Amino acid sequence: MTINRRTLLQGSAAIAAGAVLTGPFGRALAQGAGAAPMFTPEEGASLRLLRWVPFVKAEEEAWNANTRAFTEATGVEVTIDQESWEDVRPKAAVAANVGSGPDMVMSWFDDPFQYPDKLVDVTDLCTMLGEAHGGWYDGLAAYGQQDGKWISTPLCAIGNAICYRDSHMKAAGFEEFPTDTEGFLALCAALKEKGTPAGFPHGKAVGDGNNYAHWLLWSHGAQQVDEQGNVTINSPETAAAIEYAKKLYATFIPGTESWLDVNNNRAFLAGEVSLTANGVSLYYAAMNDPALQEIAADIRTTNLPVGPVGKSVELHQTSTISIFSHCKYPNAAKAYLEFMYRSDNMNRWIESASAYCCQALKEFAANPVWTSNPIHAPYARASESLRVNGYAGPLGPASAGAMADYVLVDMFAEAVTGQRSTEEAIANAERRLQRYYR
Amino acid sequence: MTSPDTLTPAAPRPSRWRRLVESRGGLGLLFMLPAAVFLLCFLTYPLGLGVWLGFTDTRIGRTGSFIGLENYQWLADDPVFWLSVFNTMLYTTVASVLKFGLGLWLALLLNRNLRFKNFFRAIILLPWVVPTVLSALAFWWIYDSQFSIISWVLMSLGIIDAPINFLGDPWNARWSVIAANVWRGIPFVAISLLAGLQTIPQSLNEAAAIDGATAWQRFTKVTLPLLTPIIAVVMTFSVLFTFTDFQLIYVLTRGGPVNATHLMATLSFQRAIPGGQLGEGAAIAVAMIPFLLAAILFSFFGLQRRKWQQGND
Repeated sequence: MTINRRTLLQGSAAIAAGAVLTGPFGRALAQGAGAAPMFTPEEGASLRLLRWVPFVKAEEEAWNANTRAFTEATGVEVTIDQESWEDVRPKAAVAANVGSGPDMVMSWFDDPFQYPDKLVDVTDLCTMLGEAHGGWYDGLAAYGQQDGKWISTPLCAIGNAICYRDSHMKAAGFEEFPTDTEGFLALCAALKEKGTPAGFPHGKAVGDGNNYAHWLLWSHGAQQVDEQGNVTINSPETAAAIEYAKKLYATFIPGTESWLDVNNNRAFLAGEVSLTANGVSLYYAAMNDPALQEIAADIRTTNLPVGPVGKSVELHQTSTISIFSHCKYPNAAKAYLEFMYRSDNMNRWIESASAYCCQALKEFAANPVWTSNPIHAPYARASESLRVNGYAGPLGPASAGAMADYVLVDMFAEAVTGQRSTEEAIANAERRLQRYYR
Repeated sequence: MTSPDTLTPAAPRPSRWRRLVESRGGLGLLFMLPAAVFLLCFLTYPLGLGVWLGFTDTRIGRTGSFIGLENYQWLADDPVFWLSVFNTMLYTTVASVLKFGLGLWLALLLNRNLRFKNFFRAIILLPWVVPTVLSALAFWWIYDSQFSIISWVLMSLGIIDAPINFLGDPWNARWSVIAANVWRGIPFVAISLLAGLQTIPQSLNEAAAIDGATAWQRFTKVTLPLLTPIIAVVMTFSVLFTFTDFQLIYVLTRGGPVNATHLMATLSFQRAIPGGQLGEGAAIAVAMIPFLLAAILFSFFGLQRRKWQQGND
């Protein structure tokens, strides 16, 4: 049987409907739907949300449908503006600074930590949501809290996982996908031998490049700063990570130094590379193209291998929703978020995102989307395995700036391409990090 | 006795407004006022603000405090910044020289009595008319490390075995972005110089020919000197456009590989907007001003050559 997105969603919907009638998941839906709202919108309230441009159309439709339902239930009009995802950060920062513009923003990573004092305290909301929905994942919770106060409501992690061609892996002599970094290196070397190499971006790829660089660093036990924000990149662990990256780079298809976010998708779907890391969108791009059905059937996904650090650690893209303190109707905004996180609404949204958005609250790990297709399974673990940007230091302008300036991406690229020695690349990264964490 | 003067009612003194409107200088001032306000609001203020921000540690969403030359001191020790300065100079110099040489050549060709002259003049403008982002996207595919049409053709002809790493190798990437910029910039130079060529009276060339001047002599002694003023203006604009180029680099490489194609404009953006370090980004932008001023002065002194052409020098 050929599984396409339509049948997948139909199947998922059927499973969800069945669960409503029978399982514990259904009870959660019923409780969520029937729960009395904790926040009463102000009289005549209206809201404006700025969000990133959706990646998955069905996700947008589900979000908008939930929003319409909120408007029908409360009379509060919600206008949703969209901004390309790299433009959300400056626009939100300016809105926070000048005190006008959108009431809420759906932003990335550590954006709320750039203007924490310009945001509404949502401790009451997040505490209630955490208690009602099985608790927050630690990594995502860290993106919402500062000094014990919730400044933003974690929304989701956009999972990143290895996508590979099963037949090519087997042809390279591997029956199972290696789970550790040494085995992974051996697989990449074997794939290169067979003329079906791997490829990870060493170019200025905002998402994929940063995910890969952070995994390289963290999986070897290195970190850019300590808990106090002191730069600790210059360590034997970082050197080990770079040496490993060099060996891995030698197995890649040529040209990965220039890869931006879309290049690995393009090369994979064209059959030029057999292994890369990406969001689930790569799989769906193949699934939705009749000409790529052979590749789609051959795609498998798994989590990035575990390095010397001994556990799965990844960056993943994360998103939170913040309410600006210039919002005239903070209760309406909280009521809106509370409504969107209700079990039935959040489940509908997660399901519609087709494994693109991984839940921030543990209850939604039971969403049928994660078991409806084995391809989705690694993406279900995104919220669990994610580490915050700038680990182990505090979130804020320094961590955001260091990532936006590609400090880690450049460090690995400089070393693997031979432009700098390992020591020089580390020293350069250290110097740049000290600038941000001064 | 009352003097007759006191009996005559005094003529009403004109209002200030009327005096202002009726005075030659005042009216001129009034006419200049909108332009002055415009320049102050949209040129002087942003420029002044940019210079000020360069002396502060302002971040996006948060006002900063004055830190003196700290941003510049940091940049002076920042190899990425100096690499961007080198890249910008190389990019501007090579691209401008090529655009001038090829543009002038094209203009001279189009100035002849060719068949379908107007058709050729129209299509020559196409690269300039196409939005930069679109042409940059086309070059992105042309230079793709796996799917480049150039690599494909050369591999099909058996000239190379593997695709050319256009944007992955630092020097390949630099030459690639320069080539894309030249392709886009030639029409502006060619059409502007063509307009200049058409203002040169044909009789001068004919007179020189009668005096026995060769084609090369006619070009160097008649055409080029008369074209100098327009060359100065066109090349000033061309240098400014090239020096401040952003879109092409941002779409093609975002400054990669390993900052090998970062220009000062792209680095300024990367640090200021996505990176949130407005002060540092502004300092990089301000560091571009001396170079831009040099280009403007070049134009100013280039234009002064008019006197020489008129025999006043």
